[in-house]
Amino acid sequence: MSEQTPPVEEMTDTAPPSQPATLHGCPTETFFGAEVVHCNRDSYVELCKALKADGYAMPVGVTGVDYLTHPGRSLPESVKAERFEVVVELLSLRQRKRIRVRCQVPGDDPHVPTLFDVWPGVEAHERETYDMFGIRFDGHPDPSRILMPEDWEGHPLRKDYDVGHVPVQFKESPK
Amino acid sequence: MSDTPTNPARRTSLLDKILGRVQPGGEEMAGLLEIKTDEGDQEMAPRQRTSAREMWIESGTTVRTGEGPRLDRMDLDVEAPEDETMILNLGPSHPSTHGVLRVMVELDGETVLRSKPVVGYLHTGMEKTGEELMYHQGSTNVTRMDYLSPFFNELTFSLSVERLLGVEIPPRATWIRMLMSELNRISSHFLWLATNSADIGAINMLVYGWRDREMVLSFFEKVTGLRMNHNYIRPGGVAADLPDGWRDDVLALCEAIPRRMDEYDNLLTGQPILQRRLQGVGPVDADTAIALGLTGPLLRSTGVAWDLRRDMPYLAYDDVDFDVIVGTNGDCWDRYAIRFNEIRESVRIIRQIADMMPSGDFRVQDKKVTPPPRNRIDESMEALIHHFKLYTEGFRVPAGEAYVPVESPRGESGCFIVSDGTSRPYRLHMRAASFANLQALPHLARGSLIADTIAIVSTIDPVLGDVDR
Amino acid sequence: MGLEDLQHNFLTGTLEGFVKWARASSSWGANFGLACCAIEMMATGAANFDLARFGMEVFRASPRQADVMIVAGRVSQKMAPVLRQVYDQMMEPKWVISMGVCASTGGMFNNYAIVQGVDQIVPVDVYAPGCPPGPETLIHSILTLHQKIRTGEITRRISPSGAREGAGIQLAAPRSA
Repeated sequence: MSEQTPPVEEMTDTAPPSQPATLHGCPTETFFGAEVVHCNRDSYVELCKALKADGYAMPVGVTGVDYLTHPGRSLPESVKAERFEVVVELLSLRQRKRIRVRCQVPGDDPHVPTLFDVWPGVEAHERETYDMFGIRFDGHPDPSRILMPEDWEGHPLRKDYDVGHVPVQFKESPK
Repeated sequence: MSDTPTNPARRTSLLDKILGRVQPGGEEMAGLLEIKTDEGDQEMAPRQRTSAREMWIESGTTVRTGEGPRLDRMDLDVEAPEDETMILNLGPSHPSTHGVLRVMVELDGETVLRSKPVVGYLHTGMEKTGEELMYHQGSTNVTRMDYLSPFFNELTFSLSVERLLGVEIPPRATWIRMLMSELNRISSHFLWLATNSADIGAINMLVYGWRDREMVLSFFEKVTGLRMNHNYIRPGGVAADLPDGWRDDVLALCEAIPRRMDEYDNLLTGQPILQRRLQGVGPVDADTAIALGLTGPLLRSTGVAWDLRRDMPYLAYDDVDFDVIVGTNGDCWDRYAIRFNEIRESVRIIRQIADMMPSGDFRVQDKKVTPPPRNRIDESMEALIHHFKLYTEGFRVPAGEAYVPVESPRGESGCFIVSDGTSRPYRLHMRAASFANLQALPHLARGSLIADTIAIVSTIDPVLGDVDR
Repeated sequence: MGLEDLQHNFLTGTLEGFVKWARASSSWGANFGLACCAIEMMATGAANFDLARFGMEVFRASPRQADVMIVAGRVSQKMAPVLRQVYDQMMEPKWVISMGVCASTGGMFNNYAIVQGVDQIVPVDVYAPGCPPGPETLIHSILTLHQKIRTGEITRRISPSGAREGAGIQLAAPRSA
């Protein structure tokens, strides 16, 4: 449900009607009331540094999404959909605005550069994203698991990782 | 009994052999002792095995490295060479760490040089479980995250789902949500006052804080049926209307609490020991706080007047009048004062809510989202079918994503939902205030005494359910 | 030398009863609050419900000084070895109350992260259901444990005459069935 159709008065322009808006060179849209910027791995850190210079001083959170079993998400045409997305939520206190950055990460080699040098507050969030999804953050000072035990195998929030449901043993059922 | 005991503490003595004593639980239980509690890379390692950048974090210099020279591990503390310091482990089973928090500190005598919180001891897999539950069950799961302020978890989840659904909540539901949220803020801050004072040594306040919390919890029990983890705020509104006589109960609370707060002010605020223990301890400045993503009383103590209720209002907070309490020095004393006075501000808000509560529906009258009232099920076939469909299949939410945060007692708490058009979330992520706030621990603890570390952890106010989810 | 090593005869019978009464009347809890149930446990120890009148005067942080471990809250995979270590550090005689559904069976979190029942790790004497169990439920479970300490079994609640009796009353004659 992305808002890509421009208002009626612009339709008579010579510009193509589905020209997406861009912010610092990356396509942006308004999605369910939130401003979202899409990027890929190469433009990720530059975009975030530019956003910090724009005033987005507080990192609210970094998380991941595994789109393996998703029926289909709406992305701008210039963005190539990958299995993982790293979602960064930012806040500008001065302008009272939020923005969301969605970076596409391929599933066969999931790594992105870290944002630790831009905002130190993403340190714990990136560790959690690594722990839960297996997305490595290159340059992160402490790339270890944070929520699961150290010797745990697998990344629990991936879609191909089972929830680990133990069937309930009722009294009369065979053991 | 084995000839080679696995645990030296359980070594069988000669007396055991004579008397024929057996270990209770048998051999299988004894074998579990071999399970290690070592968490490898997650723990704090001696300086030689720690990278320089990780040392920046642990010694609380992450933000300051931008201006000064890059810290080399050898420059960390020339007065305390590595063989004269000690790495101490606190927790996870500890009376003062607010849950199962494990903190490792490197000490030079009693002074903290580095610190590292190790979390994950309460990891519940809520985000994975949330993908298996339908949206109307989601608030039962999410409410147990930050278990001291369950209404806020439910509120942020419901607001995110409602943003995706695009429904408009009736005003009475909004105001009921505000009432319960502010009462929850009071009960959470009372618990904080109680446990913080107990950690510092003013154990009297522990008992008083719990006593006042009970007053609020009994109101919750009247309204929602439960003292904690209510599952009351649901997508679409609230689960049930307020009972008759709620206004008298709420106004009685508004009378009793400020009187008690004045007593506690008398007991605590002027007390020189409390002042010496909290003033000047664990200071943080505004730039560090913003760069670390800290929110809530931790951020407001540095002087930044950021409160989501006023700056990015949700529900009906722009219709009520309240002050945002802000500190100056960013130390533990400011955080104590902020939480103390936030109780008084919440009482002020509640008085206004009690006057301004509108009448009307307590949940949105959209048949696809809200189950029908129970008495209609006997009368109408359509109501029965809707009830059945809603509780077995759930309501479908359009595909998209939404993040709607609220100002919980700990800071900005938000729920990020990615939906795929079915009745279960595709991805449910809770942005936990305590998870981000706990990153401040090395910055606050650097250079303080070990006893101050306890006070600092206490004023950060982490709830481990929030941190670990 | 514990009670278990005594030869049971008419001389030591009164002594046994005395020792069991003493143990039941002052069983101190080990601090093992994990999650939401810990808050209710603390509320039970606080002024409105007050565990001290049942002998549980304090919750000892050191397991060496504790008798009862109330496992209050969900036990995650990372916490399980810690739980076992704390249990092993307690001195005999010791008991375990599993408080809440998460500790008893894994509760509503039937997933990879939570141990499905703390009785997979430590032997449990009394289970207290609830999410979280209110203070009244916790007090009932503690009193049941005290009965178990005193008599060696959970006292039945219905007497042979069919009348219901509280947990603290000894039966005149045992039920045959």
